[in-house]
Amino acid sequence: MMTLFTTAPFTATPLDRPSRPKGAPIIIARDVCKEFELPDGNGTFTVLKDINLQIHEGEFVALLGRSGSGKSTLLRILAGLIPPTSGEVISSGQRVTGPNPDVAMVFQTFALLPWLTVLQNVELSLEALGVPPKERRERALKAIDMVGLDGFESAYPKELSGGMKQRVGFARAFVRQPKVLFMDEPFSALDVLTAENLRGEIAELWEQGDFPAKSVLLITHNIEEAVLLADRVIILGANPGRVRGEVVIDLSYAARERSNKHFKELVDGIYIAMTNPDRDVRDAMAGVPRRENPYPPLPHATAGGISGLLEVLNERPDLRDLPEISSTLQLPTDELLPIVDAAVLLGFAVVNEGDITLTDIGRVFSSADIQTSKEIFRRQVLERVPLIRQIYTTLTERPNGMIRAGVFLDMLEEHFPEEEAQQQFDIAVDWGRYTELFEYDQTDDRLRLSQP
Amino acid sequence: MVRLTFPTREALQRAPFRWADVAVIIGTLGLLTLIALVGRTAFVPFEPPTVMPEPISLNVVNLPYYMGRSLLRMFIALLFSLLFTFTYGYLAAHSPRAERVLLPLLDILQSVPVLGFLSVTLSFFIALFRGSLLGLEAVAIFAIFTSQVWNMTFSFYHSLRSVPRELRECARVFRLSRWQYFTRVEVPYAMLGLMWNTMMSFGGGWFFVAASEAISVLNQEYQLPGIGSYVAKAIEEANVTAIVAAIVAMGLMIVTVDQLVWRPLIAWAQRFRNEQTEAKDTPNSWVLNLLRTSQLPKLIGAALEPLREFIDRLLSGTLRPKSLRMGKPPLMLPVWVDRLYDGILIAALIGGATVLLRFVLSEVPLGEILQVCGLGLITLVRVIVLTAISTLVWTPIGVAIGFNPRLSRLLQPVAQFLASFPANFLFPFVTMLLIASGVSLDVGSIVLMALGAQWYVLFNVIAGAQSIPSDLREMAANMRLRGWQLWKRLIIPGVFPAWVTGGITASGGAWNASIVAEIVSWGDVTLRATGLGAYITTATQNGDWPRIVLGVAMMSLFVVGLNRLFWRRLYALSEQRYAL
Repeated sequence: MMTLFTTAPFTATPLDRPSRPKGAPIIIARDVCKEFELPDGNGTFTVLKDINLQIHEGEFVALLGRSGSGKSTLLRILAGLIPPTSGEVISSGQRVTGPNPDVAMVFQTFALLPWLTVLQNVELSLEALGVPPKERRERALKAIDMVGLDGFESAYPKELSGGMKQRVGFARAFVRQPKVLFMDEPFSALDVLTAENLRGEIAELWEQGDFPAKSVLLITHNIEEAVLLADRVIILGANPGRVRGEVVIDLSYAARERSNKHFKELVDGIYIAMTNPDRDVRDAMAGVPRRENPYPPLPHATAGGISGLLEVLNERPDLRDLPEISSTLQLPTDELLPIVDAAVLLGFAVVNEGDITLTDIGRVFSSADIQTSKEIFRRQVLERVPLIRQIYTTLTERPNGMIRAGVFLDMLEEHFPEEEAQQQFDIAVDWGRYTELFEYDQTDDRLRLSQP
Repeated sequence: MVRLTFPTREALQRAPFRWADVAVIIGTLGLLTLIALVGRTAFVPFEPPTVMPEPISLNVVNLPYYMGRSLLRMFIALLFSLLFTFTYGYLAAHSPRAERVLLPLLDILQSVPVLGFLSVTLSFFIALFRGSLLGLEAVAIFAIFTSQVWNMTFSFYHSLRSVPRELRECARVFRLSRWQYFTRVEVPYAMLGLMWNTMMSFGGGWFFVAASEAISVLNQEYQLPGIGSYVAKAIEEANVTAIVAAIVAMGLMIVTVDQLVWRPLIAWAQRFRNEQTEAKDTPNSWVLNLLRTSQLPKLIGAALEPLREFIDRLLSGTLRPKSLRMGKPPLMLPVWVDRLYDGILIAALIGGATVLLRFVLSEVPLGEILQVCGLGLITLVRVIVLTAISTLVWTPIGVAIGFNPRLSRLLQPVAQFLASFPANFLFPFVTMLLIASGVSLDVGSIVLMALGAQWYVLFNVIAGAQSIPSDLREMAANMRLRGWQLWKRLIIPGVFPAWVTGGITASGGAWNASIVAEIVSWGDVTLRATGLGAYITTATQNGDWPRIVLGVAMMSLFVVGLNRLFWRRLYALSEQRYAL
């Protein structure tokens, strides 16, 4: 008996790992405390206690807390809207003493000026910077276009639905091209479907890499929202507000669906952490199994190699013993085995005690004409290879049927060592090409749907 | 869901010049000509007692001219009121130290009976504009100004303080300059309230036009050409035809100004409603529609845009956003500075009071002060009776109107019209009635004071009844609440806040009216009532300064006291318990 499937290399990031610093820190909070005076001189009430956190370049951080955790207060301190009682906030190396210039904010209740049109609202945030009228208009129109509101420039906020209003809120923040975009529960005033929709678009914009801000800080009480969007979730405790711990969301954006097992586990784990204020976050998250590799490794075999082997096997039903096949085909065992693994993975053959037999599909495949066999291969691939299925679905969902290859390479690198990730990608591309599902263009590093 | 707000560029290009443009041009030119024609005569020489303006003629032909003069006065006063409102309101809202002085001061100033000011300001302005009728103009304009300005200022100040947190934060995150914050956030946010208060003040101003154009001080009659003087003259000559003509003219003028000025402004100001959803019933105005159809305003706006941009940049450069001083309250000065500041204020207050008291006591014996206090109590009783009767009469009617959408659409403007109609134009009829029936003015003056004041109760109650949510009314119907139960549980609590607002305005108006209502005349007959208003009027006619000051101060004390002890508490109660 041969081991045909190598188990996936376990590269999932441990949950207690400190944040992966993608870049230099932009905003640093040091020992931030906030107290409010109680009325009638009854002492003080501590809202935030010893908050230490950093927001790095290129990361999407969520501050997750229940009401009373002071998350809004913390956001406002980081934005320089209210001063901390003690401690300090550093932004781009400068101590924050007034409205933080690195920050643009999206408000829960939109905070649009009802007497200004969509365009005027967006332009106002540039006007404050003293941008000349012509440039102001161009940039504002671009931002409005980006949030999908072109055509609504001269509408007043009250003529827009909630979702569209918040789009204006996003456009107004985007147009500033801030270092850090602050979002104060931006979806909680919207109805469920609209919120879902807008969240999806923000995630997509962020994932594409041309997001108009380097980093994002999201305030939310919605666990799913935090797991859907953030790289890192900071959990705040209440009374007084403090950082209880953080959870790194080790999931690619493509995998962030409610149906995904690991996604559910993360949400459940955080839920347990949130509902047990006295428990250590790490302890609560310990129940969350480390992520399984959603992409079982593909054997290193080309589509041509697979169909060649199957053809031989179909023509020579007597050839069954693997070492015999190896010598007959003059193929070293370490080259033959991946091809056999692939045939088994695709359901064309079964291996039993060192003997290989074709399945019914395998027989049909190898005796059919080229078009039919490609079709069968395609069906098997889509059914049995999650990676290719993933690439294909993603491409069909894109309006132009195109995506940067880097997106999938990054994703694979989360599960495989770098070199192996590249090989996995190459195999997927080879199989994708053979089945005419998609193509890879090396010159612009993009995957495209095959043209029929 | 979304409608096109502006016509497309193509639509504009296709219609180069429309009848709307012609109408707007003619209207504008006509208005300018009228102002020039009417204003010209304000500069005639005036050197009392030798050179006096032409006497008022009761010929109806002259009425339009007199109306124009009065109207011009109203608008000039309004302009000053707006300037004052913006500066005073802004200072009070943005400087805590200024606020400590400005707010109580405003509270006192609005309680001082405007008509008491007249004689005090008269000699000052005549001296200031020596040799020109402008001095008298200034007196009238100042009287109108003081009647309009306080609640405009309060409204503006209150709006500035209540800009929603999200808008304030948004302005700070996006680092708007103070100038940008003022023009883009504060003024638009305050606009609707200010507009409404301006309109109400303007309506109230007519009363003071009528009272301030013809003043007699030291038995010397001063008359300015205007509709108020016309009525005064008609009363003097007991000319009923002239009075009726003046009333008709006044009614026409109120309606015209409403149509040409207030409707369009209110309709325009709807865009400043701080609501995120479209209101169902938006006010409409044919004048505004005309202006919107015409492209002239847009062209002028576009032409002025670079100028606006320039001013915006200039002022934004100087008025940078306030910075946040971390960990310290703004402008951290030692505590003793604040103490010193308070000390100076208190010293100034005591000093002022002493000077005033010594001035009064130089002429007036101490016993008379007590006596004046007694007169105040008598007038107080009149005000209370008036407010109570107005409430009993108009609350049920107002509720009935407010609950019926069709009726309220019809009658709400009527109630507003009645409130802004100067009640002193109607005084002669009541006076004639009193003379004929022999009823004492001690009672009759209540009716006179009510002529103007009662309408505030009515239209505030209408508004209050309209504001009761329909689901609460449906609930009451569903639970079969009827009669007294319905009133006790739903209607009275529901209209209470609005009634308090109406009550404050009505009683304030009644105090002011007492000055003209406690002494009335018709032809040669003069009726007098016992009261503080009559005391002030008599002192004014005699030019008796210490007694004028005493009377005005006493009335201010009564008004402030009544507000503090009664209306404020009711207001607080309505805010706490009955806010819907």
